[in-house]
Amino acid sequence: MHNLTLAELSAGLIAGKFSSVEVTQHFLARIQRLDGNYNSFITITEERALAQAAAADKLLAAGNAPALCGVPIAHKDIFCTDGVRTSCGSKMLDNFVPPYNATVVENLAAAGVVVLGKTNMDEFAMGSSNETSYYGPVKNPWNTDCVPGGSSGGSAAAVAARLTPAATATDTGGSIRQPAALCGISGLKPTYGRVSRWGMIAFASSLDQGGPMARSAEDLALMLNQMAGFDRRDSTSIEQEVPDYCAGLQQDIAGMTIGVPAEYFGEGLNPAIEQATRDALAELEKQGAKLKTISLPHSHLSVPAYYVIAPAEASANLSRFDGSRYGYRCENPVDLRDMYMRSRSEGFGEEVKRRILIGAYCLSAGYYDAYYNKAMQVRRLIKEDFVSAFKDVDMIAGPTCANPAFAFGAKSDDPVAMYLEDIYTIATNLAGLPGMSLPCGLVDDKPVGLQLIGNYFDEGGMLNVAHRYQQVSDWHSRCAPGID
Amino acid sequence: MTWETVIGLEVHTQLATKTKIFSGASTEFGAAPNTQACAIDLAMPGTLPVLNAEAVRMAVMFGVAIDAEIGLISSFDRKNYFYPDLPKGYQTTQLDRPIVLAGTVDIQLGDGSTKTVRIHHAHLEEDAGKSLHEDFHGMSGIDLNRAGTPLIEIVSEPDMNSPEEAVAFAKKLHALVVSIGICDGEMAQGSMRFDVNVSVRKKGEELGTRTETKNLNSFRFMERAIVQEVERQIDLIEDGGKVKQETRLYDGDTHTARSMRSKEEANDYRYFPCPDLLPVEVDQAYVDAVRATLPELPEARRARFVDSFGLSAYDASVLCDEPSTAAYFETVASHCGDAKLAANWVTGELAARLNSEEQLIQHCPVSAEQLAALIARIIDKTISNKMAREVFTAMWGGEGEPDAIIEARGLKQVSDSGAIEGMVDTVIANSTKQVDNYRNADEAKRPKMLGYFVGQIMKASKGQANPQQVNEVLLKKLEALL
Repeated sequence: MHNLTLAELSAGLIAGKFSSVEVTQHFLARIQRLDGNYNSFITITEERALAQAAAADKLLAAGNAPALCGVPIAHKDIFCTDGVRTSCGSKMLDNFVPPYNATVVENLAAAGVVVLGKTNMDEFAMGSSNETSYYGPVKNPWNTDCVPGGSSGGSAAAVAARLTPAATATDTGGSIRQPAALCGISGLKPTYGRVSRWGMIAFASSLDQGGPMARSAEDLALMLNQMAGFDRRDSTSIEQEVPDYCAGLQQDIAGMTIGVPAEYFGEGLNPAIEQATRDALAELEKQGAKLKTISLPHSHLSVPAYYVIAPAEASANLSRFDGSRYGYRCENPVDLRDMYMRSRSEGFGEEVKRRILIGAYCLSAGYYDAYYNKAMQVRRLIKEDFVSAFKDVDMIAGPTCANPAFAFGAKSDDPVAMYLEDIYTIATNLAGLPGMSLPCGLVDDKPVGLQLIGNYFDEGGMLNVAHRYQQVSDWHSRCAPGID
Repeated sequence: MTWETVIGLEVHTQLATKTKIFSGASTEFGAAPNTQACAIDLAMPGTLPVLNAEAVRMAVMFGVAIDAEIGLISSFDRKNYFYPDLPKGYQTTQLDRPIVLAGTVDIQLGDGSTKTVRIHHAHLEEDAGKSLHEDFHGMSGIDLNRAGTPLIEIVSEPDMNSPEEAVAFAKKLHALVVSIGICDGEMAQGSMRFDVNVSVRKKGEELGTRTETKNLNSFRFMERAIVQEVERQIDLIEDGGKVKQETRLYDGDTHTARSMRSKEEANDYRYFPCPDLLPVEVDQAYVDAVRATLPELPEARRARFVDSFGLSAYDASVLCDEPSTAAYFETVASHCGDAKLAANWVTGELAARLNSEEQLIQHCPVSAEQLAALIARIIDKTISNKMAREVFTAMWGGEGEPDAIIEARGLKQVSDSGAIEGMVDTVIANSTKQVDNYRNADEAKRPKMLGYFVGQIMKASKGQANPQQVNEVLLKKLEALL
């Protein structure tokens, strides 16, 4: 049953082949049995899940079930869930139970999903390996000595290990696409503003975007149909109609022009990954797409610009965690300053503290122009690169990551090496463009991903290309060794 | 050596919106602590701000009222600092692109002249909560009801040169924001708070180093704080010292200010554009539509009081300082029909009573209609001015309508000419010596001698005789004896 896709589970539930309670029990049992190996869940909401499943079964029986009725999923522990602890992977929020739901959580609940639990993540989504989680690292189902990527490593590993058919995730600089690539699954980061950020704990507000992770483009489409849409509670969400992402999956891609940025194939790219990427592109060419080499000349500036802007925003976004209203408070503070300093020093992990310091520094008097302002100028240049590229091409494609999953600890002591993990994914966040990753091969028995970058609001176009690719390839349906 | 004082003001004005600037929580004053703070106001994780359109309208309303240019694209920034009454750890404010740009406010000076004070800009921002230091056994309580209340911070140019000018400006702003309905003007509740920037220089010299005194929430405190600060700075310089640029905090209980932090210790607020809010765009049509709803401004009202009510410029000015007073006066004047008498009562008896009882005119126990009914009884000579004051006191004490009080206390003025003539005759008959003196006095001295007779007649009537009639009859009778 766990080998069925989200689409197949949904169809089976509607056809009455199995009940939601059966499906839910199956996945819960699987999580109980296997997640000790991966640590992909922080919280398992068994009781709630079974109650939701029972309710879903009633709706299914009555024949008026909403789109994803009774299908189990998991939420990244960055999305607030009413009555369920939402930790954001941090000691700071280990005791935090929100009295409200994120819009994404609400929308999916309205679609009838069953929530199995909350998935592990890098602390406050800051990390590319899932090693910064207060709840311990997540292990890559393809090789448990290796990282699953981050920050949505828990969601990626859970989908890859078939512990859930799909999961929600967030992407600030690659946090959906990089772990999707490293765990051999599909993941999509929508256009900035497509999915509401209400109730999604902020890392870098101008870059954060929620999106789905699943095994196939079709499943991503099913999830995105429910997740996307305008929300008046998020001023940056965009009021634009949400198409039916499933409807366009089969469209012919013949005649489509796919831009291949020269800068994404330069020094540092693992040759085997380059080969896998080029093979995948050739497959698209076979289906009639035209490949065109393009240039995104400011690509090399995206990581430095990102590591000014994202920490700057984070330094303010994380100020609210001060020990006074919720979350971690140090023992016996002697005064206000002591409470602030110790609560934050003890409640945040090293990487979070590093980024808060970087951000505060970049915004300081005398440094603002040299760092923040300059980074914002670079950001505009990067965006203009894409805007001008999209005058000639319909889609952009390249590798998601330069290398397959690395061993635990390999980059922990070298923040810059870790930051370079997102070298191909960060630019899309800076530009606000949609991007996705889909499995396109194995290198050293570890999955690698093909990245697609769409024009603004062209999630449908990306899903279409991905689906067409998945019709003629089987990388997305392969299973990690040892997973039945 | 003549010193010149240079003063600029920053005025935090709470906007009278029903809900907060970025959330749907109520802004009502006086609720139990933390009952009007929602998840957004508490800065719960994942919550996001949504700008209240009404706050924007009110800010634009202020802009058109001072004839300012409106920032058609304005934007919000985050001002970062840690304090328990600031839940997000940053205040959302407008730094580079405020909604209201340069404008002007005219103030009337004591000598009757007018001075124009330039407004540098006014920006939208959120208020912080309050720290409560009493009843917590050495700890502090935090009330976040006020957190997120919309403010406009009005920043003047350093155009004022005396505490009086600063107060006149502050009062003018107060009258303005209340009359256009964007602020309730309740100073005691913190609806308007002033920070004053003060420096001194010798006439003709460069601007001196300024200090900023914060936390002034009444005109009186503001005036005292400026007077003290000017003295302090002059003394300092005359003793060979230098004024340090610093922020000072005024304590309304002890009426002293102390240094809060020097320029060197000033916070680095690490401002940057707020990524959760889009720039606010308004177009000219919107600005024009807001302008069209602008009510009569205090300045125009003052001119109208002079022109159509025939009031003196001074009376009109006093009445228009406070929009509620102006409105009260208009009701009294229109109901009683005698604007001058109405003005005398409102600026005299009523103002004195409000002042001594520390009462706001909005909460005056005597309604404008009741005062008008009282004045009507003076006009129709039912009672004298003196009796009216007694009736007024009774009305203030809640004894009811003026007619009922006049009736109950038997205060009706005697205007029956027969009765008055009788009393005059009796007094003249009993005052032969005084009558003789009167007869023998110079004509010029005679009017002064009338007082004795009037006094006797009023005494005989127990104060109820119409004084004007008494005068007329008495004069006639005495003339007849000459």
